[in-house]
Amino acid sequence: MKFEHVVCPLCGCLCDDLELIVERNEVISTKNACALSRSMFLNLNADLAKPLIEGKETGIEACVDKAIGIISKADYPLVYGLASTESNAQRKAVELAELLGGAIDSTSSICHGPTVLGVQMMGEVTCTLGTIMNQADLVVFWGSNPVDAHPRHLTRYSLTPRGLFTPRGRKGRRMIVVDVRETKSSKLADRFIQLKPGTDFEALSSLRALIKGEKIDIDPELKELAEEMKSCEFGALLFGQGLTMSNGKNMNVNAALALVRDLNQHTKFAILPMRGHYNVTGADMVFTWQTGYPFAIDFSLGYPRYGPGEFSVVDLLSRKEVDVALIIASDPVSSLPAQASSYLSEIDTIVIDPNRSMTSEIARVVIPTARAGISAEGTAYRMDGVPIRLKKVLKSPYPSDYEVLCKIVNGVIDGRSKDS
Amino acid sequence: MEDLKIVNGIVYDPLNGIDGERLDIHVSGGKIAERAKAQRVIDVKGMVVMPGGVDIHSHIAGPKINMGRRLRPENHRTAPVPKTDVTRAGVGGGLSSTFVTGYRYAAMGYTTVMEPAVPPLMARHAHEELNDIPMVDKGCYVLMGNNEYIISHIHELNKVENYVKWLLNAAKGYAIKAVNPCGSDNWKWGENVHGLGEKGVKFDATPKEMITTLSEVNKRLKLPHPLHLHTIDLGVPGNYETTLETLEMLKGKRAHLTHLQFNCYGGSSWKDLSSEAGGIAEKVNDSKITVDSGQVIFGDVTTMTADAPWQYRLYRLSGNKWVNNDVEVECGGGIVPYRYRKKNSVNATQWAIGLELLLMIEDPWRVYLSTDNPNGGSFTSYPYIIKLLMDKKFRKEELSTLHQNASSTSLPDIDREYTLGEIATITRGATAKSLGLKNKGHLGVGADADIAIYPLKEDIAKMFSKASYVIKDGDLVVGKGKIISEKYGKTFMLDFKEKVEPDPDVREFFKYYTVDIENYPVEMAYLPRYEAIKCG
Repeated sequence: MKFEHVVCPLCGCLCDDLELIVERNEVISTKNACALSRSMFLNLNADLAKPLIEGKETGIEACVDKAIGIISKADYPLVYGLASTESNAQRKAVELAELLGGAIDSTSSICHGPTVLGVQMMGEVTCTLGTIMNQADLVVFWGSNPVDAHPRHLTRYSLTPRGLFTPRGRKGRRMIVVDVRETKSSKLADRFIQLKPGTDFEALSSLRALIKGEKIDIDPELKELAEEMKSCEFGALLFGQGLTMSNGKNMNVNAALALVRDLNQHTKFAILPMRGHYNVTGADMVFTWQTGYPFAIDFSLGYPRYGPGEFSVVDLLSRKEVDVALIIASDPVSSLPAQASSYLSEIDTIVIDPNRSMTSEIARVVIPTARAGISAEGTAYRMDGVPIRLKKVLKSPYPSDYEVLCKIVNGVIDGRSKDS
Repeated sequence: MEDLKIVNGIVYDPLNGIDGERLDIHVSGGKIAERAKAQRVIDVKGMVVMPGGVDIHSHIAGPKINMGRRLRPENHRTAPVPKTDVTRAGVGGGLSSTFVTGYRYAAMGYTTVMEPAVPPLMARHAHEELNDIPMVDKGCYVLMGNNEYIISHIHELNKVENYVKWLLNAAKGYAIKAVNPCGSDNWKWGENVHGLGEKGVKFDATPKEMITTLSEVNKRLKLPHPLHLHTIDLGVPGNYETTLETLEMLKGKRAHLTHLQFNCYGGSSWKDLSSEAGGIAEKVNDSKITVDSGQVIFGDVTTMTADAPWQYRLYRLSGNKWVNNDVEVECGGGIVPYRYRKKNSVNATQWAIGLELLLMIEDPWRVYLSTDNPNGGSFTSYPYIIKLLMDKKFRKEELSTLHQNASSTSLPDIDREYTLGEIATITRGATAKSLGLKNKGHLGVGADADIAIYPLKEDIAKMFSKASYVIKDGDLVVGKGKIISEKYGKTFMLDFKEKVEPDPDVREFFKYYTVDIENYPVEMAYLPRYEAIKCG
């Protein structure tokens, strides 16, 4: 069976033009998929999670019941992850955290959390990816390596496509890469500026000073870059974790946001974060419309409180403040600092995930689910905030993340009404 | 859902010509009934009974309001809203979270709210948020005034008509919205338009052509609500001339000019900005146009509109944080926090203009109460505005605390005081009628049983801020201003009676989008409860 216009649930590009051939509930070939996406689709059955309690295989109902039991007794639970699932599951996860008086955080807090903090300080001049395609004659990748991390970004959105006012495609666009090392992306660039690690803030602030007409003694390459940025017709600065997770974090982002904002006194310029997981943007969105805050939220007082550095995953775990962790569609053991992730094996950790992961290896309960965007429908938000409907192409023996979370929420409520 | 009988209330139901009569209201099966076998009787002796409020213009859901929420944690911190046994937690500053938005509307007796500015590419997002707003029925207007397909086919009316129909259906929207037509598209190149006849930077179309085209298409499609227009030159000193020209252009036609207060300015600079509300009101009186006021409320607000060049201007004026988002093919938008100050001459004049419009436009069926939430202020300020309209003494007291320029308007000389019947008109009867929602805004047999019951209090603002009872679709949901049960309303969409297919060149135009046309239309999964209103 052939599926067309399939949305790829892998990275923040959310490419929606894939074609899949499915036979006997397996994807046997893909069209238009990048190497990362193809590898995902062709290996969906590798490393599937199984329902486990204390490492022993059991039925999914037993796992859900066990999870409800653990969660209901929790003093201060953490709900975490949610970057690789759809928005209904994210909505239900917020409801659960609120119900439990716990904390909720998404992987934003370890990738583009600093971006959010930067934006909250000064705003953000941005655009959708199609505006870049239609208008941009200059694209600057800063601390991001799309060739490896977002393989089709350059061909679908930012570098080669011909848009409404960019009929020459690649020929009409300048690509600049600013990074601390050469990458596959920098090799494609018309100009590559290699910074010393830890000097992003300085470079961005210098560019801003140059754009404001200040005379400063600085690398001539940066001077030329400032000129290029000022004189383009429509520019876009696309930044990744090279900026958000290196020294300076939100201050780096702040400097980038200010630079782009000020460029708009000379030309049109936009800035976009290169979000990694396919629906981490959705987690920000859902948390924000339900609670007012995008990540690092605590409900222990019955209302949402916002506290990056206080209620964010790394801090809650490394300070050993939570007693139960519910991990949804995410693998913190592989991505958090050891001090934080090691605590997950000390407490009751429950994992809801279609796949085995390092976290499921240490979890007390593992609840396998139907993978969103493969075996469950739902909404995902692209890195620029465009919402796209995920498709169901394969059957799964398991319920979706959303269905499992509904059962848990209902189970907790039922348990309480029995107690009272 | 049990049958109800509401007895002994003083009923204001302007659509049915009822102006303060003691009447009993029967509710059966979620509808107003001739007679109900009421198991439950609610005695509302001495209270005022009105249809549930219908807000025609309030930014409550979608990418813009959510970006505003994300931008301003400082706005939420002072306004936490704890969960209760029946309600969800959230925040309730000027940018309330979705659940709290629903609760706050319901507590004031509002039961229908329309989100007025949705980029069709982001419509799914708006519907997701609408689905998380409890207590009210809802719908959304679709941004079209800067759509590059329409702009580039501006002289091909049939094509535009077909496209608009397809787009409304694709976005599951309820009305056509135009914001600074052609001006926001120019902003994609750092420009704006000035005057109705100015051409775009990249396209030939003028604001005048866009407005007349969309108004004509609106008529041809027989949409229930007229073209909902945020016209050009908003917020700028001296813009009243453009507004008069716009009104003249639309003379004899149906159109709704939204938050008109922002388009009634005389003078040539911020220093000598003055009110031209009188001339505008006269022109409105002389037309078929409907308007909403766009009252400003003193204090902190978050401005957000698809008028992106205006938001840039406001950022440059205020120096506050600024968000801009240019959306491919369709539109743009911006957000800037702002503070309206009593002692600021411009702000004080703006405050006066909003009231002048409501008081000088004679026909309450054609001028509606709004704050352009959250732009002029929060929707929670409606009771305060109602008091200003009903109580001339209070109005004068307020005026005396403002910058003197507010008193150079005609406001000090206006003695009109709204009656309760007129308030019911501008907040429910007339707005429901303008929306073409035949089962809303009145208490006639067959109407949706959305009922607001207010305690008769000397302080009008207190009376309207906490309804004694609110009934939504026949269920009692609010008691003494508190939510007693949570209920989810429906979303209004349009029924075109036939399948709507895009023209082949719309498919061709989708090469300028980064989303496949097959993945573009909002699926019915996003409207779990809906009512499709027939066009025609």
